Amino acid sequence: MQCQLCNKHATVHLTEIVNGHKTEKHLCEECAIKEGVTVKAHVPINDLLNNLMTAQKESQQIEDMTCPECNMTWRQFRKSGLLGCPHDYVAFEEPLRKLIERTQEGASTHVGRVPRHTGGRHFQRLTLIRLRQELQQAIEQEDYEAAVQLRDEISKCESN
Amino acid sequence: MRQRFNSVTKSANVSLISMNNITRIYDNICDWMDGSGPLSDIVVSSRIRLARNVSGFVFSTQADDQQREQLLRYLHDQVMETELKDDLWYLEMSRMAPLERLMLAERHLISGRLAEGNTGCGVAISHDESMALMLNEEDHVRVQVLASGLQLEETYENINRIDDLLEEKIEYTFSPQYGYLTACPTNVGTGMRVSVMLHLPALKMSGQIEKVFRAAGEMRLAVRGLYGEGTEPIGDFYQLSNQTTLGKTEQQIIEQLVSLAVEPIVEYERQARNKLLKDRMAALDDKIHRAVGTLTHARLISSEETAYLLSLLRLGIQLDRIKDKDISLRTVNELFLLTQPAHLQHHYKQTMDAGQRDELRARFIREHIR
Repeated sequence: MQCQLCNKHATVHLTEIVNGHKTEKHLCEECAIKEGVTVKAHVPINDLLNNLMTAQKESQQIEDMTCPECNMTWRQFRKSGLLGCPHDYVAFEEPLRKLIERTQEGASTHVGRVPRHTGGRHFQRLTLIRLRQELQQAIEQEDYEAAVQLRDEISKCESN
Repeated sequence: MRQRFNSVTKSANVSLISMNNITRIYDNICDWMDGSGPLSDIVVSSRIRLARNVSGFVFSTQADDQQREQLLRYLHDQVMETELKDDLWYLEMSRMAPLERLMLAERHLISGRLAEGNTGCGVAISHDESMALMLNEEDHVRVQVLASGLQLEETYENINRIDDLLEEKIEYTFSPQYGYLTACPTNVGTGMRVSVMLHLPALKMSGQIEKVFRAAGEMRLAVRGLYGEGTEPIGDFYQLSNQTTLGKTEQQIIEQLVSLAVEPIVEYERQARNKLLKDRMAALDDKIHRAVGTLTHARLISSEETAYLLSLLRLGIQLDRIKDKDISLRTVNELFLLTQPAHLQHHYKQTMDAGQRDELRARFIREHIR
Protein backbone atom coordinates (compact mmCIF):
# COMPACT_ATOMS: atom_id res chain seq x y z
CA MET A 1 0.00 0.00 0.00
CA GLN A 2 1.22 3.47 -0.87
CA CYS A 3 1.40 6.48 1.42
CA GLN A 4 -1.62 8.75 0.93
CA LEU A 5 0.64 11.87 0.89
CA CYS A 6 3.68 10.71 -1.08
CA ASN A 7 4.34 7.62 -3.09
CA LYS A 8 6.48 5.78 -0.60
CA HIS A 9 5.49 2.48 0.95
CA ALA A 10 2.99 3.03 3.78
CA THR A 11 4.05 1.50 7.04
CA VAL A 12 1.80 3.37 9.49
CA HIS A 13 -1.88 2.45 9.44
CA LEU A 14 -4.10 4.58 11.61
CA THR A 15 -7.80 4.02 12.26
CA GLU A 16 -9.62 6.88 13.92
CA ILE A 17 -13.22 6.95 15.05
CA VAL A 18 -14.48 10.51 15.60
CA ASN A 19 -18.17 11.00 16.50
CA GLY A 20 -18.94 7.52 15.25
CA HIS A 21 -17.32 8.29 11.90
CA LYS A 22 -14.43 6.04 11.00
CA THR A 23 -11.45 7.30 8.97
CA GLU A 24 -8.40 5.32 7.93
CA LYS A 25 -4.98 6.79 7.18
CA HIS A 26 -2.12 4.98 5.50
CA LEU A 27 1.16 6.88 5.71
CA CYS A 28 4.87 6.35 5.36
CA GLU A 29 6.97 6.87 8.45
CA GLU A 30 8.19 10.38 7.44
CA CYS A 31 4.72 11.70 6.63
CA ALA A 32 3.31 10.16 9.80
CA ILE A 33 5.82 12.12 11.86
CA LYS A 34 4.92 15.32 9.95
CA GLU A 35 1.24 14.65 10.61
CA GLY A 36 1.98 14.35 14.32
CA VAL A 37 1.36 10.63 14.57
CA THR A 38 3.80 9.17 17.08
CA VAL A 39 5.70 6.32 15.64
CA LYS A 40 7.31 3.91 17.99
CA ALA A 41 10.46 2.58 16.43
CA HIS A 42 11.33 -1.08 16.63
CA VAL A 43 14.42 -0.36 18.74
CA PRO A 44 12.79 -0.74 22.16
CA ILE A 45 11.71 -4.26 21.29
CA ASN A 46 15.23 -5.09 20.28
CA ASP A 47 16.48 -3.52 23.47
CA LEU A 48 13.98 -5.49 25.43
CA LEU A 49 15.07 -8.73 23.82
CA ASN A 50 18.71 -7.84 24.36
CA ASN A 51 18.10 -7.09 28.00
CA LEU A 52 16.18 -10.28 28.40
CA MET A 53 18.97 -12.28 26.85
CA THR A 54 21.63 -10.59 28.96
CA ALA A 55 19.57 -11.25 32.06
CA GLN A 56 19.19 -14.86 31.09
CA LYS A 57 22.89 -15.12 30.41
CA GLU A 58 23.64 -13.53 33.78
CA SER A 59 21.30 -15.82 35.69
CA GLN A 60 22.79 -18.71 33.74
CA GLN A 61 26.20 -17.53 34.97
CA ILE A 62 24.94 -17.32 38.54
CA GLU A 63 23.34 -20.73 38.34
CA ASP A 64 26.60 -22.24 37.15
CA MET A 65 28.66 -20.63 39.93
CA THR A 66 30.57 -23.40 41.68
CA CYS A 67 32.30 -23.49 45.04
CA PRO A 68 35.91 -24.62 44.56
CA GLU A 69 35.96 -26.23 48.02
CA CYS A 70 32.88 -28.48 47.93
CA ASN A 71 31.91 -28.32 44.22
CA MET A 72 28.37 -27.29 45.00
CA THR A 73 26.71 -25.11 42.33
CA TRP A 74 24.29 -22.26 42.98
CA ARG A 75 21.68 -24.28 41.08
CA GLN A 76 22.08 -27.23 43.47
CA PHE A 77 21.82 -24.92 46.44
CA ARG A 78 18.61 -23.35 45.12
CA LYS A 79 17.12 -26.82 44.77
CA SER A 80 18.02 -28.13 48.24
CA GLY A 81 18.15 -24.88 50.25
CA LEU A 82 21.27 -26.13 52.00
CA LEU A 83 24.83 -25.01 51.38
CA GLY A 84 27.69 -27.47 51.02
CA CYS A 85 30.48 -25.87 53.06
CA PRO A 86 31.36 -22.61 54.84
CA HIS A 87 33.28 -21.38 51.78
CA ASP A 88 29.98 -21.17 49.85
CA TYR A 89 29.37 -17.90 51.66
CA VAL A 90 32.39 -16.52 49.77
CA ALA A 91 31.91 -18.42 46.50
CA PHE A 92 28.26 -17.33 46.10
CA GLU A 93 28.86 -13.93 47.69
CA GLU A 94 26.57 -11.74 45.60
CA PRO A 95 23.46 -13.85 45.00
CA LEU A 96 23.69 -15.17 48.56
CA ARG A 97 23.89 -11.71 50.09
CA LYS A 98 20.69 -10.71 48.25
CA LEU A 99 18.97 -13.86 49.44
CA ILE A 100 20.13 -13.35 53.03
CA GLU A 101 18.94 -9.75 53.05
CA ARG A 102 15.56 -10.89 51.77
CA THR A 103 15.13 -13.54 54.45
CA GLN A 104 16.71 -11.59 57.34
CA GLU A 105 14.64 -8.39 57.31
CA GLY A 106 17.26 -6.61 55.21
CA ALA A 107 20.14 -7.38 57.58
CA SER A 108 23.49 -8.50 56.24
CA THR A 109 25.78 -8.04 59.26
CA HIS A 110 26.09 -10.13 62.40
CA VAL A 111 25.97 -8.23 65.70
CA GLY A 112 25.49 -11.10 68.14
CA ARG A 113 27.76 -13.47 70.01
CA VAL A 114 31.36 -13.90 68.87
CA PRO A 115 33.32 -17.15 69.32
CA ARG A 116 35.79 -17.16 72.16
CA HIS A 117 38.72 -18.10 69.92
CA THR A 118 38.42 -15.11 67.59
CA GLY A 119 39.56 -12.86 70.41
CA GLY A 120 38.61 -9.29 71.15
CA ARG A 121 38.99 -7.66 67.73
CA HIS A 122 35.71 -8.81 66.19
CA PHE A 123 34.03 -8.37 69.49
CA GLN A 124 35.04 -4.71 69.63
CA ARG A 125 33.91 -4.09 66.06
CA LEU A 126 30.55 -5.68 66.75
CA THR A 127 30.16 -3.83 70.02
CA LEU A 128 30.63 -0.58 68.09
CA ILE A 129 27.99 -1.55 65.53
CA ARG A 130 25.56 -2.40 68.30
CA LEU A 131 26.31 0.75 70.32
CA ARG A 132 25.79 2.94 67.25
CA GLN A 133 22.45 1.22 66.58
CA GLU A 134 21.41 1.86 70.16
CA LEU A 135 22.55 5.49 69.95
CA GLN A 136 20.44 5.97 66.82
CA GLN A 137 17.43 4.50 68.62
CA ALA A 138 18.01 6.65 71.71
CA ILE A 139 18.11 9.78 69.57
CA GLU A 140 14.96 8.75 67.71
CA GLN A 141 13.20 8.21 71.02
CA GLU A 142 14.59 11.52 72.32
CA ASP A 143 16.18 9.71 75.26
CA TYR A 144 19.11 12.11 75.50
CA GLU A 145 20.36 10.83 78.81
CA ALA A 146 20.89 7.38 77.31
CA ALA A 147 22.33 8.95 74.15
CA VAL A 148 25.04 10.80 76.11
CA GLN A 149 25.94 7.61 77.92
CA LEU A 150 26.10 5.64 74.66
CA ARG A 151 28.21 8.36 72.99
CA ASP A 152 30.72 8.10 75.84
CA GLU A 153 30.77 4.32 75.56
CA ILE A 154 31.38 4.58 71.81
CA SER A 155 34.31 6.94 72.16
CA LYS A 156 35.77 4.75 74.90
CA CYS A 157 35.41 1.70 72.69
CA GLU A 158 36.95 3.53 69.70
CA SER A 159 39.97 4.75 71.66
CA ASN A 160 40.78 1.20 72.81
CA MET B 1 39.63 -29.37 54.38
CA ARG B 2 40.90 -32.87 53.55
CA GLN B 3 43.93 -32.35 55.76
CA ARG B 4 41.67 -31.63 58.65
CA PHE B 5 39.92 -34.94 58.20
CA ASN B 6 43.21 -36.83 58.33
CA SER B 7 44.23 -35.14 61.53
CA VAL B 8 40.98 -36.06 63.25
CA THR B 9 41.49 -37.85 66.54
CA LYS B 10 41.69 -41.57 65.97
CA SER B 11 40.16 -42.43 69.30
CA ALA B 12 37.03 -44.51 68.99
CA ASN B 13 36.34 -44.51 72.66
CA VAL B 14 32.63 -44.12 72.19
CA SER B 15 30.54 -44.47 75.29
CA LEU B 16 27.15 -45.84 74.38
CA ILE B 17 24.26 -46.13 76.70
CA SER B 18 22.65 -49.51 77.06
CA MET B 19 19.02 -50.49 76.64
CA ASN B 20 18.83 -50.05 80.37
CA ASN B 21 19.38 -46.35 79.87
CA ILE B 22 16.61 -46.10 77.29
CA THR B 23 14.33 -47.38 80.03
CA ARG B 24 15.84 -44.81 82.37
CA ILE B 25 15.07 -42.10 79.84
CA TYR B 26 11.52 -43.49 79.56
CA ASP B 27 11.00 -43.49 83.31
CA ASN B 28 12.40 -40.02 83.71
CA ILE B 29 9.76 -37.33 83.41
CA CYS B 30 11.77 -34.36 82.35
CA ASP B 31 11.66 -31.29 84.55
CA TRP B 32 10.60 -29.08 81.69
CA MET B 33 7.28 -30.95 81.59
CA ASP B 34 6.44 -30.52 85.26
CA GLY B 35 3.91 -27.77 84.60
CA SER B 36 5.68 -25.16 86.71
CA GLY B 37 7.52 -22.05 85.56
CA PRO B 38 6.31 -18.51 84.84
CA LEU B 39 3.05 -18.20 82.88
CA SER B 40 2.84 -22.00 82.65
CA ASP B 41 -0.96 -21.86 82.46
CA ILE B 42 -0.44 -20.81 78.85
CA VAL B 43 3.28 -21.11 78.07
CA VAL B 44 4.03 -24.84 78.24
CA SER B 45 7.75 -24.63 77.56
CA SER B 46 10.63 -22.47 76.33
CA ARG B 47 13.29 -23.76 73.99
CA ILE B 48 16.45 -22.29 72.50
CA ARG B 49 18.67 -23.99 69.97
CA LEU B 50 21.98 -22.90 68.51
CA ALA B 51 23.31 -24.07 65.14
CA ARG B 52 27.10 -24.43 64.91
CA ASN B 53 29.52 -25.90 62.40
CA VAL B 54 33.07 -27.02 62.94
CA SER B 55 35.73 -25.08 61.08
CA GLY B 56 37.49 -27.03 58.32
CA PHE B 57 34.72 -29.52 57.50
CA VAL B 58 32.07 -29.58 54.78
CA PHE B 59 28.52 -29.26 56.11
CA SER B 60 26.88 -32.52 57.26
CA THR B 61 24.46 -32.75 54.35
CA GLN B 62 27.33 -32.64 51.84
CA ALA B 63 29.53 -35.11 53.76
CA ASP B 64 29.53 -38.83 52.98
CA ASP B 65 29.06 -41.53 55.63
CA GLN B 66 32.75 -41.83 56.35
CA GLN B 67 33.26 -38.09 56.76
CA ARG B 68 30.26 -37.86 59.06
CA GLU B 69 31.54 -40.74 61.18
CA GLN B 70 34.94 -39.09 61.49
CA LEU B 71 33.40 -35.82 62.54
CA LEU B 72 31.10 -37.61 64.98
CA ARG B 73 34.10 -39.30 66.69
CA TYR B 74 35.88 -35.96 66.82
CA LEU B 75 32.86 -34.17 68.31
CA HIS B 76 32.23 -36.97 70.81
CA ASP B 77 35.83 -36.82 72.02
CA GLN B 78 35.77 -33.02 72.31
CA VAL B 79 32.45 -32.97 74.16
CA MET B 80 33.70 -35.67 76.55
CA GLU B 81 36.62 -33.42 77.44
CA THR B 82 34.36 -30.65 78.70
CA GLU B 83 32.93 -30.54 82.19
CA LEU B 84 29.56 -31.51 80.69
CA LYS B 85 30.75 -35.10 80.31
CA ASP B 86 29.58 -36.50 83.67
CA ASP B 87 26.03 -35.41 83.03
CA LEU B 88 25.62 -36.83 79.53
CA TRP B 89 24.08 -39.85 77.88
CA TYR B 90 25.58 -40.39 74.44
CA LEU B 91 23.66 -42.21 71.72
CA GLU B 92 24.50 -43.06 68.11
CA MET B 93 21.51 -43.12 65.82
CA SER B 94 22.66 -45.98 63.59
CA ARG B 95 22.99 -48.26 66.62
CA MET B 96 19.52 -47.64 67.93
CA ALA B 97 16.26 -49.34 67.02
CA PRO B 98 13.76 -47.20 65.07
CA LEU B 99 11.34 -47.23 68.02
CA GLU B 100 14.02 -45.98 70.42
CA ARG B 101 14.81 -43.13 68.07
CA LEU B 102 11.13 -42.31 67.75
CA MET B 103 10.88 -42.21 71.53
CA LEU B 104 13.63 -39.58 71.69
CA ALA B 105 11.88 -37.57 68.97
CA GLU B 106 8.59 -37.73 70.89
CA ARG B 107 10.50 -36.23 73.83
CA HIS B 108 11.83 -33.42 71.60
CA LEU B 109 15.38 -34.66 72.33
CA ILE B 110 16.20 -35.31 68.69
CA SER B 111 14.78 -33.95 65.44
CA GLY B 112 12.91 -35.90 62.78
CA ARG B 113 16.03 -35.75 60.62
CA LEU B 114 18.12 -37.46 63.31
CA ALA B 115 15.38 -40.02 63.97
CA GLU B 116 15.89 -41.31 60.41
CA GLY B 117 18.91 -43.10 61.88
CA ASN B 118 21.55 -42.21 59.34
CA THR B 119 25.17 -43.22 59.79
CA GLY B 120 27.36 -40.73 61.62
CA CYS B 121 24.59 -38.98 63.55
CA GLY B 122 24.41 -38.87 67.32
CA VAL B 123 23.06 -37.08 70.35
CA ALA B 124 24.33 -36.30 73.84
CA ILE B 125 21.54 -35.73 76.36
CA SER B 126 21.85 -34.28 79.85
CA HIS B 127 20.45 -36.58 82.54
CA ASP B 128 17.57 -34.24 83.34
CA GLU B 129 16.83 -34.07 79.57
CA SER B 130 16.85 -30.28 79.60
CA MET B 131 19.81 -30.20 77.20
CA ALA B 132 20.51 -32.08 73.98
CA LEU B 133 23.53 -31.82 71.70
CA MET B 134 22.54 -33.11 68.29
CA LEU B 135 25.57 -34.09 66.26
CA ASN B 136 25.57 -34.12 62.45
CA GLU B 137 22.07 -32.83 62.14
CA GLU B 138 21.54 -30.23 59.39
CA ASP B 139 24.46 -28.47 61.09
CA HIS B 140 27.39 -30.23 62.77
CA VAL B 141 26.27 -29.26 66.24
CA ARG B 142 22.81 -28.24 67.34
CA VAL B 143 22.56 -27.43 71.01
CA GLN B 144 19.11 -27.17 72.53
CA VAL B 145 17.98 -26.29 76.02
CA LEU B 146 14.39 -26.72 77.22
CA ALA B 147 12.68 -25.20 80.25
CA SER B 148 9.20 -25.22 81.71
CA GLY B 149 7.00 -22.14 81.29
CA LEU B 150 8.35 -18.85 79.97
CA GLN B 151 12.03 -18.82 80.93
CA LEU B 152 13.84 -17.66 77.84
CA GLU B 153 16.37 -15.44 79.57
CA GLU B 154 17.42 -18.19 81.98
CA THR B 155 17.45 -20.67 79.12
CA TYR B 156 19.71 -18.38 77.12
CA GLU B 157 22.10 -18.01 80.05
CA ASN B 158 22.25 -21.79 80.25
CA ILE B 159 22.82 -22.40 76.58
CA ASN B 160 25.37 -19.59 76.39
CA ARG B 161 27.38 -21.24 79.15
CA ILE B 162 27.26 -24.56 77.29
CA ASP B 163 28.32 -22.76 74.11
CA ASP B 164 31.29 -21.28 76.02
CA LEU B 165 32.32 -24.72 77.29
CA LEU B 166 32.12 -26.26 73.82
CA GLU B 167 34.03 -23.39 72.22
CA GLU B 168 36.95 -24.05 74.55
CA LYS B 169 37.37 -27.37 72.70
CA ILE B 170 35.82 -26.86 69.28
CA GLU B 171 36.60 -24.17 66.72
CA TYR B 172 33.43 -23.17 64.94
CA THR B 173 33.25 -21.60 61.51
CA PHE B 174 32.51 -17.91 61.87
CA SER B 175 32.62 -14.90 59.56
CA PRO B 176 32.88 -11.32 60.84
CA GLN B 177 30.21 -10.35 58.31
CA TYR B 178 27.70 -13.18 58.67
CA GLY B 179 28.49 -14.53 62.14
CA TYR B 180 28.13 -18.27 62.74
CA LEU B 181 27.94 -19.93 59.32
CA THR B 182 25.16 -22.46 58.93
CA ALA B 183 24.13 -24.98 56.27
CA CYS B 184 20.90 -23.08 55.68
CA PRO B 185 21.35 -19.31 55.29
CA THR B 186 18.09 -18.74 57.18
CA ASN B 187 19.97 -19.66 60.39
CA VAL B 188 23.10 -17.62 59.76
CA GLY B 189 24.35 -15.01 62.26
CA THR B 190 23.39 -16.00 65.77
CA GLY B 191 22.35 -19.48 64.60
CA MET B 192 19.70 -19.14 67.24
CA ARG B 193 16.09 -20.30 67.12
CA VAL B 194 14.00 -19.29 70.13
CA SER B 195 10.65 -21.04 70.56
CA VAL B 196 7.83 -21.09 73.03
CA MET B 197 5.09 -23.70 73.14
CA LEU B 198 1.74 -22.01 73.74
CA HIS B 199 -1.54 -23.61 74.76
CA LEU B 200 -4.30 -21.45 73.23
CA PRO B 201 -7.62 -23.31 73.48
CA ALA B 202 -9.76 -20.25 74.26
CA LEU B 203 -8.44 -18.24 71.31
CA LYS B 204 -9.17 -21.27 69.14
CA MET B 205 -12.69 -21.72 70.52
CA SER B 206 -13.54 -18.05 70.09
CA GLY B 207 -12.26 -18.08 66.50
CA GLN B 208 -9.48 -15.56 67.09
CA ILE B 209 -6.52 -17.83 66.47
CA GLU B 210 -6.18 -16.82 62.81
CA LYS B 211 -5.74 -13.22 63.91
CA VAL B 212 -2.85 -14.28 66.15
CA PHE B 213 -1.21 -16.15 63.27
CA ARG B 214 -1.54 -13.16 60.94
CA ALA B 215 -0.02 -10.80 63.51
CA ALA B 216 2.82 -13.25 64.16
CA GLY B 217 3.49 -13.52 60.44
CA GLU B 218 3.71 -9.75 60.14
CA MET B 219 6.32 -9.78 62.92
CA ARG B 220 8.35 -12.36 60.99
CA LEU B 221 7.62 -15.07 63.52
CA ALA B 222 6.82 -18.65 62.60
CA VAL B 223 3.85 -20.55 64.03
CA ARG B 224 4.18 -24.32 63.95
CA GLY B 225 2.76 -27.47 65.50
CA LEU B 226 3.88 -29.45 68.51
CA TYR B 227 6.83 -31.06 66.77
CA GLY B 228 8.28 -28.04 64.98
CA GLU B 229 8.89 -27.51 61.31
CA GLY B 230 6.37 -29.12 58.99
CA THR B 231 4.02 -30.35 61.68
CA GLU B 232 0.36 -29.47 62.10
CA PRO B 233 -0.89 -27.99 65.35
CA ILE B 234 -2.43 -30.69 67.58
CA GLY B 235 -4.64 -30.08 70.59
CA ASP B 236 -4.40 -26.27 70.41
CA PHE B 237 -0.64 -26.26 71.05
CA TYR B 238 1.32 -23.84 68.93
CA GLN B 239 5.05 -23.28 68.70
CA LEU B 240 6.03 -19.67 68.11
CA SER B 241 9.59 -18.88 67.04
CA ASN B 242 11.84 -16.22 65.51
CA GLN B 243 12.73 -16.42 61.83
CA THR B 244 15.31 -13.65 61.76
CA THR B 245 18.71 -14.76 63.05
CA LEU B 246 20.98 -12.04 61.65
CA GLY B 247 21.39 -8.32 62.44
CA LYS B 248 20.09 -8.61 66.01
CA THR B 249 21.80 -9.68 69.20
CA GLU B 250 20.59 -12.81 70.99
CA GLN B 251 19.11 -10.62 73.71
CA GLN B 252 17.24 -8.48 71.18
CA ILE B 253 15.77 -11.57 69.49
CA ILE B 254 14.53 -12.90 72.84
CA GLU B 255 13.26 -9.55 74.06
CA GLN B 256 11.32 -8.91 70.85
CA LEU B 257 9.73 -12.36 70.85
CA VAL B 258 8.65 -11.98 74.46
CA SER B 259 7.46 -8.38 74.50
CA LEU B 260 5.96 -8.18 71.01
CA ALA B 261 4.41 -11.62 70.76
CA VAL B 262 4.39 -13.93 73.78
CA GLU B 263 3.18 -11.46 76.40
CA PRO B 264 0.38 -9.98 74.27
CA ILE B 265 -0.78 -13.45 73.13
CA VAL B 266 -0.83 -14.69 76.75
CA GLU B 267 -2.94 -11.66 77.64
CA TYR B 268 -5.38 -12.30 74.74
CA GLU B 269 -5.71 -15.96 75.73
CA ARG B 270 -6.45 -14.94 79.35
CA GLN B 271 -9.11 -12.48 78.16
CA ALA B 272 -10.62 -15.12 75.89
CA ARG B 273 -10.70 -17.62 78.79
CA ASN B 274 -12.41 -15.08 81.06
CA LYS B 275 -14.93 -14.29 78.36
CA LEU B 276 -15.71 -17.99 77.94
CA LEU B 277 -16.24 -18.32 81.69
CA LYS B 278 -18.52 -15.32 81.71
CA ASP B 279 -20.56 -15.83 78.55
CA ARG B 280 -20.38 -19.53 77.70
CA MET B 281 -19.78 -21.33 80.97
CA ALA B 282 -22.28 -24.16 80.32
CA ALA B 283 -20.90 -24.85 76.84
CA LEU B 284 -17.34 -24.76 78.18
CA ASP B 285 -18.15 -27.09 81.10
CA ASP B 286 -19.91 -29.44 78.71
CA LYS B 287 -16.83 -29.67 76.48
CA ILE B 288 -14.48 -30.19 79.43
CA HIS B 289 -16.58 -32.85 81.12
CA ARG B 290 -17.29 -34.69 77.88
CA ALA B 291 -13.49 -34.79 77.44
CA VAL B 292 -13.08 -36.24 80.95
CA GLY B 293 -15.86 -38.74 80.22
CA THR B 294 -14.31 -39.94 76.98
CA LEU B 295 -10.80 -40.14 78.42
CA THR B 296 -11.97 -42.19 81.40
CA HIS B 297 -14.31 -44.51 79.47
CA ALA B 298 -13.10 -44.87 75.89
CA ARG B 299 -11.97 -48.32 74.75
CA LEU B 300 -10.27 -47.14 71.52
CA ILE B 301 -8.61 -43.76 71.17
CA SER B 302 -6.27 -42.29 68.52
CA SER B 303 -3.37 -39.99 69.39
CA GLU B 304 -5.12 -37.05 67.65
CA GLU B 305 -8.27 -37.49 69.74
CA THR B 306 -6.13 -37.90 72.87
CA ALA B 307 -4.34 -34.62 72.20
CA TYR B 308 -7.62 -32.83 71.56
CA LEU B 309 -9.20 -34.16 74.77
CA LEU B 310 -6.12 -33.65 76.93
CA SER B 311 -6.03 -30.06 75.72
CA LEU B 312 -9.57 -29.57 77.06
CA LEU B 313 -8.63 -31.35 80.28
CA ARG B 314 -5.67 -29.01 80.70
CA LEU B 315 -7.95 -26.01 80.22
CA GLY B 316 -10.41 -27.48 82.73
CA ILE B 317 -7.67 -27.80 85.35
CA GLN B 318 -6.39 -24.27 84.72
CA LEU B 319 -9.88 -22.80 85.06
CA ASP B 320 -10.67 -24.98 88.06
CA ARG B 321 -13.71 -26.55 86.35
CA ILE B 322 -12.99 -30.16 87.33
CA LYS B 323 -14.22 -30.59 90.91
CA ASP B 324 -14.85 -34.31 91.18
CA LYS B 325 -11.43 -35.56 90.11
CA ASP B 326 -7.94 -34.88 91.33
CA ILE B 327 -5.88 -34.52 88.17
CA SER B 328 -2.69 -32.49 88.18
CA LEU B 329 -1.18 -30.55 85.33
CA ARG B 330 1.81 -32.84 85.63
CA THR B 331 -0.39 -35.89 84.95
CA VAL B 332 -1.81 -34.23 81.84
CA ASN B 333 1.66 -33.33 80.58
CA GLU B 334 2.87 -36.88 81.27
CA LEU B 335 -0.10 -38.37 79.43
CA PHE B 336 0.69 -36.23 76.38
CA LEU B 337 4.09 -37.86 76.25
CA LEU B 338 3.37 -41.40 77.41
CA THR B 339 0.47 -41.95 74.99
CA GLN B 340 2.66 -41.23 71.95
CA PRO B 341 3.22 -44.31 69.74
CA ALA B 342 6.83 -45.13 70.71
CA HIS B 343 6.30 -44.50 74.43
CA LEU B 344 3.19 -46.67 74.43
CA GLN B 345 5.01 -49.54 72.71
CA HIS B 346 7.92 -49.25 75.11
CA HIS B 347 5.56 -49.38 78.09
CA TYR B 348 3.70 -52.48 76.88
CA LYS B 349 6.95 -54.04 75.62
CA GLN B 350 5.54 -54.96 72.21
CA THR B 351 5.36 -53.57 68.71
CA MET B 352 1.81 -52.66 67.79
CA ASP B 353 -0.09 -51.49 64.73
CA ALA B 354 -2.26 -48.36 64.94
CA GLY B 355 -5.39 -50.34 65.88
CA GLN B 356 -3.69 -52.13 68.78
CA ARG B 357 -2.16 -48.86 69.93
CA ASP B 358 -5.59 -47.19 70.04
CA GLU B 359 -6.82 -49.96 72.34
CA LEU B 360 -3.84 -49.90 74.70
CA ARG B 361 -3.73 -46.11 74.67
CA ALA B 362 -7.32 -46.05 75.92
CA ARG B 363 -6.43 -48.57 78.64
CA PHE B 364 -3.30 -46.60 79.64
CA ILE B 365 -5.30 -43.38 80.00
CA ARG B 366 -8.04 -45.10 82.04
CA GLU B 367 -5.39 -46.37 84.42
CA HIS B 368 -3.97 -42.89 84.92
CA ILE B 369 -7.14 -40.81 85.24
CA ARG B 370 -9.57 -42.23 87.72
